[in-house]
Amino acid sequence: MKVLVPVKRVIDYNVKVRVKPDGGGVDLANVKMSINPFDEIAVEEAIRLKEAGKADEVIVVSIGVKQAQDTLRTALAMGADRAILVAAAEDIHTDIEPLAVAKLLKAVVDEEAPELVLCGKQAIDNDMNATGQMLSALLGWSQATFASGVDIDGDVARVTREVDGGLQTISVRMPTVVTVDLRLNEPRYASLPNIMKAKKKPLIEKTAADYRVDVSPRLEILATSEPPVRSAGIVVGSVDELVAKLKDAGAV
Amino acid sequence: MAVLLVAEINDGDLAMDATAKAVSAAAQLGDVTVLCAGADCSKAAAQAATISGVEKVLCAQDEVYGHQLAEPVADLIVSLAGGFEHITAPATAGAKNILPRVAALLDVMVISDAIAVVDSVTFERPIYAGNALQTVKSSDGKKVVTFRTSTFEAAETGGAAPVETIATVGSNGLSTWIEDTVAASDRPELTSAKIVVSGGRGVGSEENFEIIKALADKLNAGIGASRAAVDSGYAPNDWQVGQTGKVVAPDLYIACGISGAIQHLAGMKDSKIIVAINKDEEAPIFQVADFGLVADLFEAVPELTAKLG
Ligand SMILES: Cc1cc2nc3c(=O)[nH]c(=O)nc-3n(C[C@H](O)[C@H](O)[C@H](O)COP(=O)(O)OP(=O)(O)OC[C@H]3O[C@@H](n4cnc5c(N)ncnc54)[C@H](O)[C@@H]3O)c2cc1C
Repeated sequence: MKVLVPVKRVIDYNVKVRVKPDGGGVDLANVKMSINPFDEIAVEEAIRLKEAGKADEVIVVSIGVKQAQDTLRTALAMGADRAILVAAAEDIHTDIEPLAVAKLLKAVVDEEAPELVLCGKQAIDNDMNATGQMLSALLGWSQATFASGVDIDGDVARVTREVDGGLQTISVRMPTVVTVDLRLNEPRYASLPNIMKAKKKPLIEKTAADYRVDVSPRLEILATSEPPVRSAGIVVGSVDELVAKLKDAGAV
Repeated sequence: MAVLLVAEINDGDLAMDATAKAVSAAAQLGDVTVLCAGADCSKAAAQAATISGVEKVLCAQDEVYGHQLAEPVADLIVSLAGGFEHITAPATAGAKNILPRVAALLDVMVISDAIAVVDSVTFERPIYAGNALQTVKSSDGKKVVTFRTSTFEAAETGGAAPVETIATVGSNGLSTWIEDTVAASDRPELTSAKIVVSGGRGVGSEENFEIIKALADKLNAGIGASRAAVDSGYAPNDWQVGQTGKVVAPDLYIACGISGAIQHLAGMKDSKIIVAINKDEEAPIFQVADFGLVADLFEAVPELTAKLG
């Protein structure tokens, strides 16, 4: 079984986001970029499937600017076998919409014929939570989102999902698209020798035009702004003072 | 303009709070028709019909909709899409599973977690864990939108919309439900509670969460948790508040032993009053707290419980 894992280059989750003063988006110049944390979990899961003998090959694919090469190398260093970069934007500030990403991924799936696509459930930049579901729809495949447990058994996968009420377990027919949640696994760190080895693993470059996919956005971004800031509060000296303040404010 | 709103249904019952909040958002776009899909959705449909601002309720009853599996429910929505300009839902885990699938089948983008309706094609939504807000204008023929419920007031009840039973479209059997693991609780639901008491890694264990529960019970509050508390097994996953958990905006949010990482703040910083109890005075949670108490939670929380009420 081949496993395909899409990975996105995003602002590192520890970096404080700054909105450009002119409202023209978030400033990404000279900011630390990393693999989207959810995608890292998806890569880890794919590698574990390979280690367990359930997958033969793990292919990682990234869609975006050419700097996403670094993101792919990170995944290769973790243990993915080969990588595909689909260049679809020049400017690091361009975010390709999930619908266009899903169309490009579908084209890659048509070419590579994986039986499983493991995606992160959301990207921590646009927080859209959509690509995996959209890809599944375009392929006409089953989908299992927000997975905290994945067990593949022949032509079905049993997936435990994190939902609002708790956990839901479903069984989906293969091939399938699974989107992963935070508690599926803890991704490994790449060792230095593996980072060196990753430099020699195959990474091919394509463009959106190669797949004849139109990536022009459907949503026009009119403005980006800072959220309202909370006015500074006070530090109270005791539980008694806290109770008094809460009563004054009519909160309890 | 006609707006379809997909109701949130759990086990045959309408999730009234989430659905009514989405109705008040959707009503800004046009006449709202609510879709109730379920194995037995007559009860949910009757409940939805009472929400003010709802023009009509569609009831799609079939075993295949019983557990809100994405593939059959998306196919059902697509079969109805012709009559609507907007397809909307509250931004619950259920709708986030289904609506992007609907959007792709219709070849349109989805607009997730909208927090404001600017006009019928323009919406505001948070990005980067709420550290920026983006205003987006859709050029798609149909707009598929989920609404972040914490930012909309629930529409009132008292209406009496007609309920129409509609034809269903079956299932292609791509997925099957196996089981739900849901802990029953008498406490107010996290996303609709007026007061939320949350515990973080500082609480230290599942047993210690009893002191969080005692405070919550005293205040008739819902209970939340940080990711670290859930990951460590102190609290169940459905208590997680944050970028990737639930987003809450209660009148009062009490954070105990939570440092205040941006991913946590993303889920609670729109609360009216925030209280932080943390023994580290440098903890970032104090930057958003209206009332901060630098203290050991094992002393302060039981004392607070005793002194309230
Ligand atoms: C992609 C991604 C998504 C994430 N999504 C979420 C999310 O949705 N929700 C979320 O919460 N996090 C999320 N996180 C994790 C987040 O970054 C933090 O790691 C997490 O919120 C920390 O939880 P915490 O505050 O409980 O733990 P810590 O940061 O370890 O803080 C514990 C706090 O408890 C205090 N403390 C300890 N003992 C006591 C005591 N006896 N009395 C008083 N105070 C005490 C300490 O001073 C400290 O401030 C996400 C992270 C990533 C990468």
